Amino acid sequence: MPTNMLLVPGRSKQQGTTLNKGKLKADYQQVTSTVEMSQEDMQHLGFSEGDRLRLSNAIGEAIVTCTAGTGLPAGMLFIPYGPQSSQLMESDTAGSGMPLSKHLAVDVEKISSIQPVT
Amino acid sequence: MTDCIQLAGGRVYDPGNGINGQVKDLFIENGIIVKSPSATPRRYALDGMVVMPGGVDIHCHIAGPKVNLARKLQPEDHRHDPHPATACTRSGSGGTVPSTFATGYRYAALGYTTAMEAAVTPIGARHTIEELHDTPVIDKGFYVLLGNNIFLQQLLREKRTEEFKQAVAWWINATKAYTTKLVNPGGDEPWKGKKNANVTHIDEQSDVFEITPRQIIEAFIDSVNALGLPHPPHIHCNNLGHSGNVTTTLETMKTAADRRVHLAHIQFHSYAGELGKNPKSAAREIAEYVNAHPNITCDVGQVMFGKSTIMTADAPLAYMLRGFKKGKWVNADTECESGCGIVPFNYQEHVYVHALQWAIGLELFLLSNDPWRIVLSTDHPNGGSFMSYPKLIRLLMDSAFRAEEIKRVNQKAINQTMLNELDREYTLNEIAIITRAGPARALGLNNKGHLAAGADADITVYDDMEDKEAMFNAPRYVFKAGIPVIEDHEFRQDHSGKFLHVEPGYDDGIVRQVRPFFENYYSIEFDNYAVNDSYLHDHQIIATVPG
Amino acid sequence: MSANINVIKNATCTFCGCVCDDMILSVDEEAKRIIKSKNACVLGRAWFAEHTIDEAAPAALIDGQPASLDEAIEQAAQTLARARFPIIYGLSDTTCEAQRQAVAIADISRGNIDTTTSVCHGPSGLAFQGVGESTMTLGEVKNRADLVIYWGGNPAESHPRHFGRYAVTAKGMFTPKGKKDRTVVVVDVRKTPSAPAANHFVQVKPGKDFELLWALRALLKGRSLAENIEAITGVSQQVMQMLVEMMRNCRYGVLFFGMGLTMTRGRHFNSGALLALATDLNEYTHFVAKPVRGHGNVTGADNVLSWQTGYPFGVNFSRGFPRFNPGEFTTVDVLAKQDADAALIIASDPAANFPRAAIDHLSNIPVICLDTKETLTSRLAHVAFRTATYGINTTGTVYRMDDVPITLRKVYDSPFPTDEEILTAIKQRVQELVQARSESSHIVRRADADEQMTAAMP
Repeated sequence: MPTNMLLVPGRSKQQGTTLNKGKLKADYQQVTSTVEMSQEDMQHLGFSEGDRLRLSNAIGEAIVTCTAGTGLPAGMLFIPYGPQSSQLMESDTAGSGMPLSKHLAVDVEKISSIQPVT
Repeated sequence: MTDCIQLAGGRVYDPGNGINGQVKDLFIENGIIVKSPSATPRRYALDGMVVMPGGVDIHCHIAGPKVNLARKLQPEDHRHDPHPATACTRSGSGGTVPSTFATGYRYAALGYTTAMEAAVTPIGARHTIEELHDTPVIDKGFYVLLGNNIFLQQLLREKRTEEFKQAVAWWINATKAYTTKLVNPGGDEPWKGKKNANVTHIDEQSDVFEITPRQIIEAFIDSVNALGLPHPPHIHCNNLGHSGNVTTTLETMKTAADRRVHLAHIQFHSYAGELGKNPKSAAREIAEYVNAHPNITCDVGQVMFGKSTIMTADAPLAYMLRGFKKGKWVNADTECESGCGIVPFNYQEHVYVHALQWAIGLELFLLSNDPWRIVLSTDHPNGGSFMSYPKLIRLLMDSAFRAEEIKRVNQKAINQTMLNELDREYTLNEIAIITRAGPARALGLNNKGHLAAGADADITVYDDMEDKEAMFNAPRYVFKAGIPVIEDHEFRQDHSGKFLHVEPGYDDGIVRQVRPFFENYYSIEFDNYAVNDSYLHDHQIIATVPG
Repeated sequence: MSANINVIKNATCTFCGCVCDDMILSVDEEAKRIIKSKNACVLGRAWFAEHTIDEAAPAALIDGQPASLDEAIEQAAQTLARARFPIIYGLSDTTCEAQRQAVAIADISRGNIDTTTSVCHGPSGLAFQGVGESTMTLGEVKNRADLVIYWGGNPAESHPRHFGRYAVTAKGMFTPKGKKDRTVVVVDVRKTPSAPAANHFVQVKPGKDFELLWALRALLKGRSLAENIEAITGVSQQVMQMLVEMMRNCRYGVLFFGMGLTMTRGRHFNSGALLALATDLNEYTHFVAKPVRGHGNVTGADNVLSWQTGYPFGVNFSRGFPRFNPGEFTTVDVLAKQDADAALIIASDPAANFPRAAIDHLSNIPVICLDTKETLTSRLAHVAFRTATYGINTTGTVYRMDDVPITLRKVYDSPFPTDEEILTAIKQRVQELVQARSESSHIVRRADADEQMTAAMP
């Protein structure tokens, strides 16, 4: 059963430094496809560091790697902005020009415990 | 290639050369007026038309950081007034704070060919020059705000007057300004540092800098006259808009003694009455003082009814005006240099204060006996848009029209003034003075505001009409630097216009004094502060004459 | 490494909106790379280190194949001139000089122009239009601020020098002891790496910023709050009261805010509530607010669009004059609604970070792309230009997040043209094409337009 959680994409230092190397480079791809979750949530949901997770909502889905993050309340995920987070963004801007980009309800489920060979 | 033009048969108003409506041919070659052309000229038949030098706006707000904030603030003001592109001109948007392109074209379309942005923070100079570069047709420059500059106030506290003068000259060079501007001198520090307080008296001492507004004013008059800038310090006095501020205004003028000074939008500083109560007119006192003192020039800052935008470096004033309607308001503090306030505004005929302001402006025009020293302005867009100049001209030229307009406004206000007793009508020659010849002379622009050989060929041709508003609203021809940008009321050519600035000399040693202050208190590097010459496109340095 | 090391002082980092202009850059002229960037933060160091020159890369590609600049400019101009709804987007990572050319192209081609503002602080721009803003240059914060609040932003990671250079530890005229002279508060939905810099961290529930801001406004005005306000916002009334007292009693207070307000539920209402709170506080003390803007020159893009058109972003010229309508003329919308039929993307990568529906349409229309590197957008482009990096290979003007303009210093030459050069060339060619067309088929086009108007009527 997938769990519904709140995904908050944002900037991080690594996202900022790797994007200077190039958005098509492996470093950036990896940073922007790694999702942070609190240690407690990981334990509770039975996820481990490096697990592959599927995040999905009515818009689309993203396959990301799970890692423990600090400062996150229960039920919240953080991911550095990038191609993965945009898969889950709605295009309707409610007349503002701005898609809701930091407040994405997503279903989370583990798809594998094995990290892919990079 | 020389392009020779003959303007034939028009009635010429060139007060600077004593020509008052005589029929006279003018010749243009290479952008300037010549006695006789070197080749066969193209001939424009102007029989029955009125020929004047291009208009010169001595005080308006058209470019730079505060203007752009006011543009961004008011989409509703642009939306109803689009400015479409033509085959040769860019599009834009209008309202009280038009986009840069619309500003240039609309000034040109009123027959104005020069306009001076009246208040720019030094750190915003680069921005202002970029905008002025995108303001087509007209020649332009700006006045740099130095009256609340912290470094300069520190020098004054320490009585280092020679260094003060050198620093003023350095700042003018670093920003490529035309002259210095003082706005509510001494008022910024209490506003920013003492929980939105203000200075209330010209002799009130700052507890931070231990100097008074009067000392600041005096120091600028001394320095700018010594540096020989073509235009003296341009002063927005303390207590703008407050009842009883006439005292402050008179004291400011007295501080100048017989030295040159320009009082900006003097209407806003001509109020009698008690502080906190409704103002009364003090136009007569102000006009009498100005009349008797040939060292003083002023512009009126006429209020015109309808939409305006208050934008000023006088931040406490803007906050006070914001208090009436509690509508949207911008405050913008500039480090070490200035404050700023912006409030959308609407002058209404039935409101006592607004009608009084309107009437005081007209009184000042009508009571002035030297048109050379009182310049037509609305302090655009504070008192109203420059687009209302034609109506203002009609109010001055047509006493019957004025009488009708007076009936439409708050009569309690009118009864406080002597407006009903003033039946003077400005002549075309006097209008040519207050809109062209006078401001050009006050600015020290020797090649503008007149039509003698050697002058810039900035020339406006109007159809002679009974309705002066209609006449001044739509010149038939506008020549800018000899280029016919408007012919038969339509834009025929685009033109960029020149940037006007001064370069007073200074002792390089002052840089050693200024630099450490920057390193401590500015947030940008000293070596990145001065505006470099790459920002100058078509430009002209107006000579300074050190005294 | 060659021995030819040049040192450029007072250079400017254009990576983020801090636009720090105190860089001391050591440049290896022959290798064409910056080997040391003194004073730069971690992001700035990456910016300077990674913007190197790939001499082998072609300056222009047409459909993925190397092309001459002339051919590429011609293709780009033809594409834009032919389009009925050309859009221009990006612009936050280039100079004002280039931005001015981009607006000209939009004006001449009667297209649509928008910048990354619309997906950044666009909602704050709308809030500004609604309530105004009491604001300041960053030096005022350094010199005067005794209370600094960050709301919905994480400068420790997005603007690493914001604390030290301008706002937290910076020492100024009336704050000689820096941090000791200030109280710092961070408000966010998660305890970000910025939180340790604060004296107080306030954790608000996700999507409840508006409620918390509005509650603070109410408390400031002496109103009582509903008992469940803590349940709604996650913040107790005691903490709210403490915040209000701090704000009311400070000498010079600052509210910095980030995209935690603009990108979540409430959007422009959140920014508006914050700006209104800062305005309200001026009844008691001096209080200012400022969005912490992102890309190096996004603030310049706002300024250029505003002075040339009257509007800061989301501008359309299809009627021959600028119109502003966020939600209609903003880029996510013109793409997702499939209005656009050609796109000119400058220094931005919407193919990487827009919502899927917008990216899908972008890949179905001819795209012209200007970027310093290969991106997802350049990969799908019909015409892709490789351009010089602003502030490294070019001079020009950028506006810091507080509207302070700074002139860039060129550090070393690039073999690639600048954005300004390419855009100027495209503009001139589009102008020729549009003029030629209007001279040859003026009447046809008018009839065509009338037909469209009729068809569009209900």
